[in-house]
Amino acid sequence: MRISPTKFISLLFLVLSVFYLYTANNIQVFAFDENSPFNARTFPIYLGWAGIILSSLKIILPEKITTEVNHKHLDYKSIIYLIIISLIYAAVILKIGYFISTSLFLFASYYFLGERRWGLMFILSFPFVAAFMYLLHGLLNIYLRDPFLKYIGVMG
Amino acid sequence: MIEGILIGLSTALSLTNILMVMVGCFAGTIIGMLPGLGPMTAIALMIPITYGFDPSTGLILMAGVYYGAVFGGSTSSILLNAPGIPGTVATAFDGYPMAQQGKAGKALAIAAYSSFAGGTISAIFLLVAAPSLSKVSLAFRSPDYFALMILGLTAISAFSSKGQFLKAMMMVVLGLMLATVGQDSLSDITRFTFNNMNLTDGISFVLIVMATFAMSEALTIIFRGKDPNRAAKQISLTELGSIKVNKEETIKMAKTIPRSSILGFLIGVLPGAGATIASFLAYGMERNYVNEEEKQKFGKGSVHGLSAPETANNAACSGSFVPLLTLGIPGSGTTAVMLGALLGFGIQPGPRLYQTNPEIFWSVIMSMYIGMVVLLILNLPLIPYIARILAVPRNYLIPLILFFSVTGIYLMSFNNFDIFLMIGIAVVATFLRLYDFPMPPLILAFVLGGLMEETLRRSLLISDGSPNFLWDRPITLIILIITIVIVFWQIFSTFRKKT
Repeated sequence: MRISPTKFISLLFLVLSVFYLYTANNIQVFAFDENSPFNARTFPIYLGWAGIILSSLKIILPEKITTEVNHKHLDYKSIIYLIIISLIYAAVILKIGYFISTSLFLFASYYFLGERRWGLMFILSFPFVAAFMYLLHGLLNIYLRDPFLKYIGVMG
Repeated sequence: MIEGILIGLSTALSLTNILMVMVGCFAGTIIGMLPGLGPMTAIALMIPITYGFDPSTGLILMAGVYYGAVFGGSTSSILLNAPGIPGTVATAFDGYPMAQQGKAGKALAIAAYSSFAGGTISAIFLLVAAPSLSKVSLAFRSPDYFALMILGLTAISAFSSKGQFLKAMMMVVLGLMLATVGQDSLSDITRFTFNNMNLTDGISFVLIVMATFAMSEALTIIFRGKDPNRAAKQISLTELGSIKVNKEETIKMAKTIPRSSILGFLIGVLPGAGATIASFLAYGMERNYVNEEEKQKFGKGSVHGLSAPETANNAACSGSFVPLLTLGIPGSGTTAVMLGALLGFGIQPGPRLYQTNPEIFWSVIMSMYIGMVVLLILNLPLIPYIARILAVPRNYLIPLILFFSVTGIYLMSFNNFDIFLMIGIAVVATFLRLYDFPMPPLILAFVLGGLMEETLRRSLLISDGSPNFLWDRPITLIILIITIVIVFWQIFSTFRKKT
């Protein structure tokens, strides 16, 4: 038996809703609030049931409109590269600072998306981020945390 | 009243004040284009600068910043599908597809004209009916708000589902579930945080909107890069930057603007409802008004679909000044910051302001209006240049959108947990979009989730746990009947298509 992707997503949503409802029932409320008409649990419990009912209906009812996706036309390689670069960026941003991590992220993203004009790639990463930081920090006075630039004395 | 308007105008039209409003509009537009920095932040940033000014000059500067930031938000919605504030999410539904068709300049111009017209009509309402409308804003109680939010969520599910209502309703529930993460607003009990301190404050709106709109859009473009049906079209720079609106489009706007202005203004008058509900409801209402042929264009670059939310959100911005000026109740975050600024200048808004200090009342209204006029004059010539962002090659544009999204999150929290969470949500959203699960219902549900729980809590506590509050008040009952009609209409139209 072949299950359609939409029904599979609905099944996942059903599992999520059951888990959500279970967690909602386990929310600790104050003793005096336990029998109140509304406490911290009430709304999530309603939502859990709503999720279960809707996803069950989606699974049970026949599909009128099916969404077909041709997987041969999907570029899995580029998207995986881009997600990995983004995850590395998120992991190092606090350690090496906003300026260097963002500039390297932009440079690497241009490269993995097939760009090879090195001069333009450089301008649209390091000087571009520096100009953006100057706009935020220098002109608009919006604080942008960068421990590295603070350490070398560029930022106050 | 005429005397008051003239006093307000003479104050607002001095050379210093015009200069201030120009600076404000320019700064506001730049700040508004950055995700995470909406009108509220923009005005808050201006408060210390205005301390040395006299009250009218300070208020005029803030008015310019306010409208500039709203316009900036629309710009990023239309060009990058990255709405920085909830009020401009609905703008992206048709603005972004229009920009993708090479009509970015036209989309921005329609947004600018609609905003201006919506602001103008609502300013007239504000002048004429502000004192009497304050009674309307007090007439709405918690059950009515709850019903209004149910209506808003049902309407957006019906209009954005493309015949797949259940999918849209599932997205509504998912949005509401995400909104419950973090501390409960009344008891401070943490929910669904799984002992993670980073989730105690909940998930931010900017994170959700950047993940589901901007970042997932960027990932989808890359993901579908090999799809021959979606191959990049050759877009001419002249067409991209053209702000010419033809006669047919002008007629469409002329039909949409009056009804969206009225709806937007009335929703704006209600404290807490604001520009977000106004823009979504105006979008839904407009889709109901137009003929079948136009209805098919919604979500694909419809002029009606772009003009309606833009008109309504600006009209709601003006409407939100009714409870602020006449009752001293700020109806939204932005007007709360404005209240702070007014108090800083020694002005106490409230029922007596209109009688005791009419000159201040009028100069606030006039300064808001002049802010809008200057914004239109300043920004129209800039649109052709702003629109060319879309001419940037895909290899550069995609990383820049990702950079734009991550910076918006980093600016707010300075931690990397939020960036990881955003990437995770964006990946899930990309797959959901691939199978036609609509994102707008999720966003609206997320925005309204907190307020919805709050109003349900109040309603149930007042009625001692009984569901009677749903039919006790005529306003609640009427709104719920409209909601039920929409649901049954969806079921009926599904059945009709099947047969």
